[in-house]
Amino acid sequence: MEQPPSPPPPPPPTSPGLGKAGVVPSRRLGTVRGGPMSSPPERRARLSSPGTSRQFSEAREEVRRRLRDLIEGNRVMIFSKSYCPHSTRVKELFSSLGIDYNILELDQVDDGANVQEVLTEISNQKTVPNIFVNKVHMGGCDRTFQAHQNGLLQKLLQEDVAHDYDLIIIGGGSGGLSCAKEAANLGKKVMVLDFVVPSPQDTTWGLGGTCVNVGCVPKKLMHQAALLGQALQDSRKFGWAYNQQVKHNWEAMTEAIQNHISSLNWGYRLTLREEGVAYVNSYGEFVEPHKIKATSKKGQETFYTAAKFVIATGERPRYLGIPGDKEYCITSDDLFSLPYCPGRTLVVGASYVALECAGFLAGLGLDVTVMVRSILLRDFDQEMAEKVGSYMEQHGVKFLRKFIPVTVQQLEKGSPGILKVMARSTEGPETVEGIYNTVLLAVGRDSCTRKMGLEKIGVKINEKNGKIPVNDVEQTNVPHVYAIGDVLEGKPELTPVAIQAGKLLARRLFGASSEKCDYTNVPTTVFTPLEYGCCGLSEEKAIEVYNKENIEVYHTLFWPLEWTVAGRDNNTCYAKIICNKFDSDRVIGFHILGPNAGEITQGFTAAMKCGLTKQQLNDTIGIHPTCGEIFTTLQITKSSGLDITQKGC
Amino acid sequence: MMAAMAVVVLRGPRGHFRWRVPTCTRGVRGAASPAGGQQDFDLLVIGGGSGGLACAKEAAQLGKKVAVTDYVEPSPQGTRWGLGGTCVNVGCIPKKLMHQAALLGDMIRDAHHYGWEVAQPVQHDWNKMAEAVQNHVKSLNWGHRVQLQDRKVKYFNIKASFVDKHTVCGVTKSGKETLLSADHIVIATGGRPKYPTHIEGASEYGITSDDIFWLKESPGKTLVVGASYVALECAGFLTGIGLDTTVMMRSIPLRGFDQQMSSLVTEHMESHGTRFLKGCVPSRIEKLPAGQLQVTWDDHASGKEGTGIFDTVLWAIGRVPETRNLNLEKAGVNTNPKNQKILVDAQEATSVPHIFAIGDVAEGRPELTPTAIMAGKLLAQRLYGKSSALMDYSNVPTTVFTPLEYGCVGLSEEEAVTVHGQEHVEVYHAYYKPLEFTVAERDASQCYIKMWGLLYTGNADSGHPSYLLRGGGQAAHLQAFRPGPYCDRLLRLKHHPCQTEGTHVPSPTRRLLSQLDPGLTDLGASPGDSRRHPWSTVCPAGMAPGSIQLTPVP
Repeated sequence: MEQPPSPPPPPPPTSPGLGKAGVVPSRRLGTVRGGPMSSPPERRARLSSPGTSRQFSEAREEVRRRLRDLIEGNRVMIFSKSYCPHSTRVKELFSSLGIDYNILELDQVDDGANVQEVLTEISNQKTVPNIFVNKVHMGGCDRTFQAHQNGLLQKLLQEDVAHDYDLIIIGGGSGGLSCAKEAANLGKKVMVLDFVVPSPQDTTWGLGGTCVNVGCVPKKLMHQAALLGQALQDSRKFGWAYNQQVKHNWEAMTEAIQNHISSLNWGYRLTLREEGVAYVNSYGEFVEPHKIKATSKKGQETFYTAAKFVIATGERPRYLGIPGDKEYCITSDDLFSLPYCPGRTLVVGASYVALECAGFLAGLGLDVTVMVRSILLRDFDQEMAEKVGSYMEQHGVKFLRKFIPVTVQQLEKGSPGILKVMARSTEGPETVEGIYNTVLLAVGRDSCTRKMGLEKIGVKINEKNGKIPVNDVEQTNVPHVYAIGDVLEGKPELTPVAIQAGKLLARRLFGASSEKCDYTNVPTTVFTPLEYGCCGLSEEKAIEVYNKENIEVYHTLFWPLEWTVAGRDNNTCYAKIICNKFDSDRVIGFHILGPNAGEITQGFTAAMKCGLTKQQLNDTIGIHPTCGEIFTTLQITKSSGLDITQKGC
Repeated sequence: MMAAMAVVVLRGPRGHFRWRVPTCTRGVRGAASPAGGQQDFDLLVIGGGSGGLACAKEAAQLGKKVAVTDYVEPSPQGTRWGLGGTCVNVGCIPKKLMHQAALLGDMIRDAHHYGWEVAQPVQHDWNKMAEAVQNHVKSLNWGHRVQLQDRKVKYFNIKASFVDKHTVCGVTKSGKETLLSADHIVIATGGRPKYPTHIEGASEYGITSDDIFWLKESPGKTLVVGASYVALECAGFLTGIGLDTTVMMRSIPLRGFDQQMSSLVTEHMESHGTRFLKGCVPSRIEKLPAGQLQVTWDDHASGKEGTGIFDTVLWAIGRVPETRNLNLEKAGVNTNPKNQKILVDAQEATSVPHIFAIGDVAEGRPELTPTAIMAGKLLAQRLYGKSSALMDYSNVPTTVFTPLEYGCVGLSEEEAVTVHGQEHVEVYHAYYKPLEFTVAERDASQCYIKMWGLLYTGNADSGHPSYLLRGGGQAAHLQAFRPGPYCDRLLRLKHHPCQTEGTHVPSPTRRLLSQLDPGLTDLGASPGDSRRHPWSTVCPAGMAPGSIQLTPVP
């Protein structure tokens, strides 16, 4: 359904001091300094080198870029000084015309003088007020009033209507929605296009993207269901007594989870409406640099134009390209809303998606086999990955290593049916075949970038993987087209990263901010039966970057108190940190395998962002008795080769 | 009821005698001829709890000749236990395990929402739990003794008291005396629960946290008197395993903790089934013919007297340091006359330079196991030249393991305001709903998070967060939020989806948006309304599951 998007209706500013998005608290304007200038003194000190003049010119360039963004991003941009009577007159003029404007008060910015200099370079005008209308330099107070009288101003203002929207975002996932909301907050006219192409098994879903519908949210809930199964087993050891016969009902769980997801979909639509963001449930495709074709489910085509675009279309699961895969296999797109219990399941792949799904399916009592081509959890710390795998193996998940499927045949239809999988060894001629109810492919994900007309407007993608290369401000090679989230090349594919990037992008485009998304030290957690949380570098990466002799690895096995009485595995949970010996033993990698790893890792990430060192960890008091306290008492280094198994307590 | 009280005797069937025998013989010899039998050590630690053991082991590691004395005076109800002190035997360890038992009860209730078909009735068996917990504790006692032996620390199961500045006399259970002397002496005797002095029947019929974990039979309908964290934790797990539990509190809950958080804790407990008698003080306890206890109390609000019948009365009205029987005056060690705690300086030294005190017995120290451990270790390191580092008692994190866990570090809001002034303190906060609560249809009304920071934060070294977290063992992560410099800058990229995320989203401040309500944020649900705070510098996100809007305190 197409909704005529109503522009956000901010009342015309009543006093010069209250121009909508224009008046920004001065603290925030400080960010105009941007880049290296706003770095903390400590970091700057470390950076300081012969290149100070280069740094200065970089800073200058940054200011110039910011100013250009302000001028281009605002219909009316006024550079003024808060005490200047001429500035006040201009503001009153625009207010009386009912026109929104943005103001930068040079006397309230920390480096106003600097800004004014650059502004002079840009506009050849030294004084304030300095007014731009639709990117055109208007001049000062007198020139503006003159333009108002002779009609030039009105004409300039009208040209703005050339585009339907200030911003169109393609893709209503975490990143797209966050960007849309923020842009709308900043007073921009924003549209979000979101369309879910049905999976080969015909699964579709609502607004919110992968995370909400077929990712983080349902998987964590199914993981929780599996953990509760474990809790039920533990509970008897803690004195709880009830009938031994406990069964799991897949349909009941899936319905509860899908209900929750529907409420989230609904919530997102509501928010977009409240924010004044136009939401169109259509497939977006570029036809011209500033024009997009939106095709609805019924095939109806509508065209929209915008000044700027953000691509946030994310990724979808990859198929193998073998006989029977699209016909009979499912992916994570289908699993969470599967109307029947998958039964005996083969999970193909060893990505975190594969291991998480295999983990909770096994936790719900299903017979699960994971077929692994080479290694587990590529790009994660391999020692941790192997520990994740071996815990799963001890808890009933079968691993078939160094095999790849060749064909999938249906032996019997049904819910679930019966499938025969033929697989061959990656190391020789050996083949195996197996019978399963369900085959879940989790062999990677592909960016949704190839069918959206990017070639028509010249946006470059990496032809190999379809990912979009961007610069450090998420800009593609086409200046008015930006990209965020999983479609980005070389960036973490994580919801919070996309959210952060989207929001900061909107602020840079339409607000007085220059803050860039920091993609370093991004924590993550793999919600396998035994959770694995990490932040910073894997041991392999650390060795690659710093060399083995320059790092120290501290590690230990531990036994959560709750596991003792429950009689669960000793010497299974594991904690490891990697320190840079030549930088005060700074923690550059944090890894934990244990219950609540996500919660624990989150906290330590904050500490790592502050430059956590081993000494600071040692000086930190533990909370007793918890798992997290293990990090305050790490003593054994890996290089010492000392035993880390826990004896007794 | 009380007849069922566990009397735990260390002499189990597992051959503890093997140690005790030589110790005793020496003790006997010592008693027979003190001059000849006196044993000399570099370091003598009185008290084998967390702090004492850590100190002793560290000193032994540094090559010193070390002795530890430990003696558990039976509680008025006759309960006693093994080596390891309060934490291991009658504190952190058993309480967290019983807390876990209670949490598992919640999980069994959650399970059916997640598709698990659990047949009713679901019942809880105290004996089974208690036995499992006690067995674990006993294995820890054993482990501590092995560790001491491994490190060649001499262990004496004797009750020690000072003879002079360098000498301590120890008495075994059977009355044999031993004289021990040392160059340095560390007092780490900890504390024991307080009994009320003027309440008829209090010590006769009441039990304390010294007893509850060692009960062989279920305490049944229980009255918990007090509102300390011990009181609330015990009441919380008793309720959680299905017992009818009432908390009687005189004034405020969790004195010394942030009071807003404390009231959320008790609010949640009330909604969870714990009864509260507020503003009430017990006046007497009588035993009824059937064995139950009739408690009479004064209700200060109404001025009336109330009565109730319980199976068990648990006193949790505070703890007193174990200093009275140490003959401290013979050594010249000064205590605070008000609370009998030992006065110490930054080096942990008492008024006598070679005598030190660590842990709960020392004046002005947080009564927490990890602080005692670290203080003990650092003390040994300073004494024997490994380091000169002093113990830093600031920013010690802690967690109250009530049904909804409450973790905090740094100052409470009250303290922050007192120290820095209302006008300089900004509080960020949010209600939130853990993703797991949604499907389980759990009430998240009290899931709440807050942190505060100084305004005008050129020096943002005070972003001390304090949190209220959901139940479920999530307190562990708090570990990492020990405030340090740059707290304002650290809050950047978040995890997903887990509760901790909330701490990374400090958005608006009370100052500019004081009229706003810290609306409920559904973790993994309702998109936050970032329009309220378009200028926020960190992350209003909101759209994403898992993100929390921290909105201002009204």
